Amino acid sequence: MNYGILVFILGWILKIEGVLLLMPTIVGVIYREAAGRYFLFTAAIAFVAGTLMTIKNPKSRKVYAREGFVVVALAWLIMSLIGALPFTMCGDIPNYLDAVFETVSGFTTTGASILPEVESLNHCSLFWRSFTHWVGGMGIFVFMLAVVPLLGGSTFNLMKAESPGPVVGKFVPKIRDTAAILYAIYLAITIVECLLLTACGMPFFEAICHTFGTVGTGGFSVKNAGYTGYAPILQNITTFFMIACGVNFQFYYYLVGKRFKLALSMSEVKAYLIIILVSIVLIAFNIRGMYTTEEAIRHSAFQVGTIITTTGYATADFDKWPAFSQSILVALMMCGACAGSTGGGIKVSRIVLLFKTIRKELVKITHPRYIKKIQFDGVSVAHETVRNTNVFIAVYCLIFALSVLLVSIDNHDFTTNFTAVTATINNIGPGLALVGPTQNFGFFSPFSKIVLIFDMLAGRLELFPMLLLFTPSVWKRY
Amino acid sequence: MKIIIVGCGKVGTTLAVQLCQDGHDVTVLDKNPLCIRAVTSIYDVLGLEGDGSSYSTLRDAGIETADLLIAVTDSDEKNLLCCLIGQKAGHAKTVARIRNPIYNSEIRFFTKNFGLSMVINPELSAAQEIGRIFRFPSAMSVDTFSKGRVELITFVLSPSSVLVGKPLTYIHSKLKSDVLVAVVRRGAAVTIPSGNFVLEANDMVSVIIGRGLANEFFKKIGVTASPIQNVMIAGGGKVTVYLARRLIAEGINVKIIERDHARCEELSDLLPKAQIIHGDAGDEEQMLEEGIEEVDGFASMTDIDEQNIMLSLFAKQNSRGRTKLVTKITHIGFDDVISTLNVGSIINPKETTAAYILQFIRSMQASEGSNMENLYRIAGDEVEAMEFHVKESSRVTGIPLQDLKMKKNTLIGKIYRGDRLFTPGGQDTLEVGDHVILVTLAKNKFSDLNDILEA
Repeated sequence: MNYGILVFILGWILKIEGVLLLMPTIVGVIYREAAGRYFLFTAAIAFVAGTLMTIKNPKSRKVYAREGFVVVALAWLIMSLIGALPFTMCGDIPNYLDAVFETVSGFTTTGASILPEVESLNHCSLFWRSFTHWVGGMGIFVFMLAVVPLLGGSTFNLMKAESPGPVVGKFVPKIRDTAAILYAIYLAITIVECLLLTACGMPFFEAICHTFGTVGTGGFSVKNAGYTGYAPILQNITTFFMIACGVNFQFYYYLVGKRFKLALSMSEVKAYLIIILVSIVLIAFNIRGMYTTEEAIRHSAFQVGTIITTTGYATADFDKWPAFSQSILVALMMCGACAGSTGGGIKVSRIVLLFKTIRKELVKITHPRYIKKIQFDGVSVAHETVRNTNVFIAVYCLIFALSVLLVSIDNHDFTTNFTAVTATINNIGPGLALVGPTQNFGFFSPFSKIVLIFDMLAGRLELFPMLLLFTPSVWKRY
Repeated sequence: MKIIIVGCGKVGTTLAVQLCQDGHDVTVLDKNPLCIRAVTSIYDVLGLEGDGSSYSTLRDAGIETADLLIAVTDSDEKNLLCCLIGQKAGHAKTVARIRNPIYNSEIRFFTKNFGLSMVINPELSAAQEIGRIFRFPSAMSVDTFSKGRVELITFVLSPSSVLVGKPLTYIHSKLKSDVLVAVVRRGAAVTIPSGNFVLEANDMVSVIIGRGLANEFFKKIGVTASPIQNVMIAGGGKVTVYLARRLIAEGINVKIIERDHARCEELSDLLPKAQIIHGDAGDEEQMLEEGIEEVDGFASMTDIDEQNIMLSLFAKQNSRGRTKLVTKITHIGFDDVISTLNVGSIINPKETTAAYILQFIRSMQASEGSNMENLYRIAGDEVEAMEFHVKESSRVTGIPLQDLKMKKNTLIGKIYRGDRLFTPGGQDTLEVGDHVILVTLAKNKFSDLNDILEA
């Protein structure tokens, strides 16, 4: 382990967080809120600490896989611990552990809140909550790689550790250009949605916060009623943008480059859209008795969009929906969005790979000498990728089961425990029963909150970086 | 520039790393995903798995907008095909590695009729380099400028030399030699020295010198070695054939030790004047029997790098230090370790190849005004010596050198004007038509003569 580079990169992350914390400070100034100064204070702490850590140049600037994974996991942890400070200092969330839960939930784009109501919070706190979604959605390291000319070439391992999906690739040879393209697309989507929401009647502050929550697929709202109080047109715009941000960003890169054929041939995107369409139809049919036809389709589409992209907004209390609809939603929670999107979950591409592996295994039982290379988008998938996917799903199940076990110590009902873990490890937000869309996570014991914090981080970073932190051999120098 | 490299072996990797450090957008193609992963996980290049001689793969790699395509797979034919497809699919310049000796005489045909910008034969370039080293036994390496009229010679200053403890001005004032000391490497420290720099024993010194003046200079400073008459070459591969041809043409006796009987017969066909020995170069007794103690030059050219190192060490030990040694290292790394061993000059055909291609790319980038004609890396790749041909007037022409604000650690070594070669002083100017030879730190990355100016 190259500790020099670890400190150096963490220093840069802190410096960036310091700059990002100036945004809520500005909001505080605009709304003349005293709480703004706590954000400024935290920004100063982060920036000074970061500067101190980056003074010394590391001896070797190579970031190998283990440095990459560990530094990403540590950075997300530290980022959350520091990002939680202003919440506690300004009194909006007096309990520091709760503030950390809220911040982790923000950065990991989970959107699970411990707050029973949010409208009494300072505007700068509300803005920071939503802004963490935006930063966490595309990733802080991708942001760093785009803006900081750093470390020369060997930073691909950082991007690999942070970006979701079984295979992380670059669009263009330079990692910096790739990161810049990702953020350019992301920023463009953000601006378009924000303008549309404002144009259709949402107040600007709410529009910008909800846009952050949508494009980052987070789910924090600035209204107690969440999305239920908004006009149907606003709900539909949000449905569209949630689903759009669950698409692999490579799709948009192809679209921008006018390579429509390549874009349309992405089988993951196709599978993702088919799953969404089928789910919308099934749920709309299932809940038709509770609403008018227009409402049934709108609510079904919104809920399917919000769950599969792991956003976590709600226009209807699906905790009161029929069991069939609930089951579909819980299944979608696990499935998650596309690789290379801002969404969480297992990812559609892994599910597709899993089904192909299962099919291969079944044929292999009937024809023991059967040789088959699993293909994806017309290209053979490396054995390593298939193996990694299988292990990923196994680890996912293990962490899931263990978390449910640990959370159940609090002695809540099974649905609550099960869906609380589902909602956090997949970075969704709301679950069912006590953690349903109109409820919050505040009632859990501190221990359960820590478990769920771990689940959120593990889910966002795709398990392995967080697990590596607990692997002793990683910390040895050789 | 956008560059596509097909074939991710040693040459491809070296090129990818170097070009990426020079700031180019590099995409590498290889059929083997492991090779791709090895490069892309540490360096900022884009890797694509696929066959580089297929149009669709090249298109995926962006051949339509690429500026340069370099084909360095194992197969000459595939490299050629790659370049042909590349030219038809886009507007990229193409470079192919062609190493089969049967194509050797047809390279001009390839470049002319297939539109290749450059054809590179690693074994031939390596043989040429070794040939130059044997011509100057006192030198560690010899590179040439201006079509051979100027030489860049690197040698180790022996403790007995008169230059030890003297400043560089001594060469001009007392020895009256028109020699320019370009670079001095002492241990790990590399200096582009000024006139009052004092030399020490065992410094690795690189000098720029006109052709035909080197022997006289070496005699004056007391770094001498008698000309080479007999060379023994262990291993009979492609480099050996090219090398033996050159040496024989210069009247040197060549003895080749080759293990494979059939290959010996082939060699005998190819090189009727060489003495071919069917023997095992790894066998001490046989080497002694063939007179390894008595040869003036010994080249370890077997396929096994480790054996080459051992052979050169063995030759060194048994020849009481008189023999000029050349060791070929092809596969293994550990450059720093090997350079500390007494194995004489080290030749790496793959690195030579990479260096040639890099030079070509650098000259591609140069503006029309001044063309880079040669580029050599010396002193462990930290210093570059290069030659520019001034084609038109620019910010650096017509101004006395002392008035030019040049970058630090940049030294204009020689100017070749018309038929006259001279070391410029502060009053001299650069003129259109000049060939300018200069040395600078490699990190400056000059591609144009105007780059010498402080920005």
